[in-house]
Amino acid sequence: MSETLLRIEGLTKAYPGVVANDGVGFQIRPGEVHALLGENGAGKSTLVKMIYGLVKPDAGTMQFQGAPYTPPEPRAARAAGVAMVFQHFSLFEALSVAENVALGMENPPSMRTLSARIRDISSAYGLPLDPTRTVGDLSAGERQRVEIIRCLLQDPKLLIMDEPTSVLTPQEVEILFGTLRKLAAEGTAILYISHKLEEIRALCDGATILRGGKVVASCTPREKSARELAELMVGGEFAATDRAGRKTGAKIFEVTHLNLAPMSAFGPALKDLSFKLAAGEVLGIGGVAGNGQEELIATLSGERPSAAGTVSLHGQDISDLGPNDRRRLGLLAAPEERLGHAAVPNLSLTENAILTGTVRRPLTRNGFLNMGAAKRFAEEIIAGFDVRTPGPQVAARALSGGNLQKFVIGREVLQAPEVLVVNQPTWGVDAAAAAAIRQSLLDLAAKGAAVIVISQDLDELMEISDRFCALNEGRLSAPRPTEGLSMEEIGLMLGGAHGMQEAAV
Amino acid sequence: MIGGIDIVTLIAALMAASTPVLLAATGELVAEKSGVLNLGVEGMMILGAVAGFATAVTTGSPVLGFLGGAVAGALLASLFAVLTQLLLSNQTATGLALTLFGLGLSALFGKGFEGIRPPPTTKLDFGPLSEIPVLGPILFHHDWMVYLSLVLVAATWAFLKYARAGLILRAVGENHDAAHALGYRVIAVRFAALAFGGALAGLGGAYLSLVRVPQWTEGMTAGAGWIALAIVVFASWKPERVLVGAYLFGGITALQLQLQAAGYAIPVHLLSMAPYVITVLVLVILSATHRHGAPAAPAALGRSFHASS
Amino acid sequence: MITLVKRPTPSQFWAYATPVLAVLATMVAGGILFAALGKDPIAAIKVIFYDPLFGPNAAYFRGQLLVKAGPLILIAAGLAVGFRAGIWNIGAEGQYIMGALAGASVALAAYPAESHWLFPAMVVAGALGGWLWGMIPALLKTAFGTSEILVSLMLVYVAQNFLAYAAFGPLKNPEGYGFPGSRNLQQYPSAHNPELIAGTGMHWGVVAALMAVIATYILMQRHIAGYRIRVAGEAPRAARFAGVVPAKLVMFCLGLSGAFAGLAGLFEVAGPNGQITDSFNAGYGFTAIIVAFLGRLNAIGILLAGLLMALTYIGGDMAQLMLGLPTAAIQVFQGMLLFFLLGFDLLTQYRLRLGRARA
Repeated sequence: MSETLLRIEGLTKAYPGVVANDGVGFQIRPGEVHALLGENGAGKSTLVKMIYGLVKPDAGTMQFQGAPYTPPEPRAARAAGVAMVFQHFSLFEALSVAENVALGMENPPSMRTLSARIRDISSAYGLPLDPTRTVGDLSAGERQRVEIIRCLLQDPKLLIMDEPTSVLTPQEVEILFGTLRKLAAEGTAILYISHKLEEIRALCDGATILRGGKVVASCTPREKSARELAELMVGGEFAATDRAGRKTGAKIFEVTHLNLAPMSAFGPALKDLSFKLAAGEVLGIGGVAGNGQEELIATLSGERPSAAGTVSLHGQDISDLGPNDRRRLGLLAAPEERLGHAAVPNLSLTENAILTGTVRRPLTRNGFLNMGAAKRFAEEIIAGFDVRTPGPQVAARALSGGNLQKFVIGREVLQAPEVLVVNQPTWGVDAAAAAAIRQSLLDLAAKGAAVIVISQDLDELMEISDRFCALNEGRLSAPRPTEGLSMEEIGLMLGGAHGMQEAAV
Repeated sequence: MIGGIDIVTLIAALMAASTPVLLAATGELVAEKSGVLNLGVEGMMILGAVAGFATAVTTGSPVLGFLGGAVAGALLASLFAVLTQLLLSNQTATGLALTLFGLGLSALFGKGFEGIRPPPTTKLDFGPLSEIPVLGPILFHHDWMVYLSLVLVAATWAFLKYARAGLILRAVGENHDAAHALGYRVIAVRFAALAFGGALAGLGGAYLSLVRVPQWTEGMTAGAGWIALAIVVFASWKPERVLVGAYLFGGITALQLQLQAAGYAIPVHLLSMAPYVITVLVLVILSATHRHGAPAAPAALGRSFHASS
Repeated sequence: MITLVKRPTPSQFWAYATPVLAVLATMVAGGILFAALGKDPIAAIKVIFYDPLFGPNAAYFRGQLLVKAGPLILIAAGLAVGFRAGIWNIGAEGQYIMGALAGASVALAAYPAESHWLFPAMVVAGALGGWLWGMIPALLKTAFGTSEILVSLMLVYVAQNFLAYAAFGPLKNPEGYGFPGSRNLQQYPSAHNPELIAGTGMHWGVVAALMAVIATYILMQRHIAGYRIRVAGEAPRAARFAGVVPAKLVMFCLGLSGAFAGLAGLFEVAGPNGQITDSFNAGYGFTAIIVAFLGRLNAIGILLAGLLMALTYIGGDMAQLMLGLPTAAIQVFQGMLLFFLLGFDLLTQYRLRLGRARA
């Protein structure tokens, strides 16, 4: 075996209007855990898709085990010994664990043999898993195990992991790292994609940093501080958010004993949620997505009204009001899914401004649309929140994630809410836009609004919230002040490793 | 005999009456399992009916007739596949277009074939078995297509449950993006599933014109294709339950015909509503009971697939 | 090899160009079909599209144009609102029948009394009949989640059988010498929906169709309710976020399209057709689906598409008389038109790019 497992040189891939990868080169040795670090949109996903055969490079060469490597499709990549765990899991919810694993293999054995092998390998690597269970019933951490085991059964020489920890609790991250270290010790190379710097410093032997589709640095992450890495990634220093100038006022918003039936077949129910919120306060709700976050924002926004007496604003029971009645009273929301929930992909920004803006802004007259006023509102959002777009006539789907998110948050903030609920406000958003969004939420609170931020990003919640609580399997922990809260305590609030045990390795 | 209705004859008639929708529903089930909703079953059936009839009359061979019906159905389904899979057209609208187009095309082709009798489709000879009282006439007195349709249902069931290709087909219908990411050819799988669905719909149509009626008349499917679609929903996308649904529907059709023949004082036209009214009722009961249960529909059903990467 | 690239913003140009392109492509494909049937394609296309408007006897045919287009436009205007919202009423044919039956029943019950109130009462009954028939799938969908596609379609067959039952039974003309079919409303002045301006084919149903076009245009393009309907079709979750209650939307869309179809049936039975027979319905409810799509679900587009589709009906009849072209050929022609339209629609959302195959 040669010293280098995978060598990449001059890899280039352009899409209409954007060069996703521009002359990218790096190499990985067997048994190395190599980080691919970069912001959203830096070109990490395109790069690994080329290595996995999903995308063909326009130029450049790859060598795998010393031989030229040009996988025309994922099948060929898998045959060569490259396996990949996707960020958005490539799993089939209605099928069993064993069937899901079989689909990721070239020549799977019979289901019976396969089930036995799944049990063996999952206990050998500390990732217990029942092959007969339906994937839809599994937690995010367990789903990731399915993906990992699917890869391990192929005896990969290179394992690609795309943002593997974004859906895991701190304890689950520890279990995963244990597995990855064991694999590396056995000689498997791991290409680890992330933007979480502490994780990379803890786990990785080498790192390649991408910015704007180009390699800007290679380093040994243990020798750098997280701040140095971040500056390499973002390309400059970045301002810390300003929390100053906020005063907490009277309690204005209250949720008491809130219950909600599941919204989808595999979704969780909300169980007995209670909390209070004061004017000027930011409440952070942490937890892994799929534990009731969508349900919570749907019921707070009024899409799914709850039982009488469960939600009140200024002492008035608003439990049975729909979204527009709640907007009238000052309760606004920004859901996580930008395309198709918070905004309509095929409609223009002007039309998307109408989506939530008609109640608190004079965008209609006797029910008839005032398109001039709507356009001015859209322009106000674009100017006020630095939304990069040719103009308000552009369809929402044409905007990048960060720009559309700024538009969505801006649309709600500019309506001067008294209570604003946001879900994953910076998910999939570049660092500069994320910082701007966080600052706008803090500024809103400084003006006296109460803000609820639901997020998976614990760093984000620590940065902007006054109190923190965790949502786990539809239950909410009691809110605690963020100051002085340790990661260990947060992990416990998040429900540990979802009751999953680390098997003896 | 109960109230002038011969139960044995009724059950025997039921098996024959349900064969067209059984075939069409089984084919549609496979298409839907791959994640495509083809509302053009009625159009594919009627085109199969006319093509099968014309082929059988021209060649004198019912076997070639059934083959012709299947090919015609598959061709029309391929047109649907080109539009929805390659040109990414809306599946609901395209399915409706397919039905309207199939009805027109069949009327056009069928002009010269009205009022003719087709060559008879042979009944299988089971010898002494067919002499068994009650069971004989019910089970061993049918033409070979009835048995073939049952074999096809069983084969479809086994294919979806045990075959590797069946697993891939179900995976594509559950999550086409994930299937694509794993390297499966989503569009090719769906093309094949649609063509199979079309072939079975065409076969069902040919059974109508060659055996059930047996002659060609315009619009003779009279909603059987839509009932096949309803049966797939009724069956919660499970082949074995398609059989139950089709036989239930066939039973009502047969019973309704026998009631007409028995001379009950119910107006003919009100009796003829029965299959459609019952289909609606069954759909309602099913959706009411499934409200809170696990919906069995393939998760990607009706969604267009376009690989963006 | 051709690759598809999704446009960042849907193309305005192709939104208008695709229907025109589809019509042209259908003429070419239809010509090939007619040639295969042994007819001169150029002559056939001329007979279908040109002669009814400008040929000899065009004066008569131009009047027929409005008679045929009226119900198509009225039904399609209602259907398009629902289709925009992703609510698929494909049972307009049944609602059309039930509207006609309800309206005719009112007239036949009043026969032979003459009153100015009779016709308005029939109009209300017609709308109500179609509305009720449309509310069945609506209620089943909101209460149980039953597919409105299958239920509304099944109800077409139920309505057809009900129509035959009525024509042979309760509504049969007692002075009809035993023939099935009701009294002819054209001979009942108070119930008759007459031609308003001689030679134009204009009757109250055409007036209603024009009003429906204007009303749905204002609703969909200018009013917040129409905006929410459009959002519901584009992104159902965003619609709920914007305050749309799905159950109300379903009832509104199916009720509206049902009432419009019922009105079309009433105006037809009281006017051009005249009586309830078992073959009263002529497939307008299904052709209207093509009209709705050909008009791109836009009220003005539907007006033009309805006229074009009416032209193919009249031209088809002429082609049958003059060239012996089977009626079914026109049905095929209409089906092809819809196919081409759906296929070409790709161009509004995607750009075609010549080059390497998708990776």
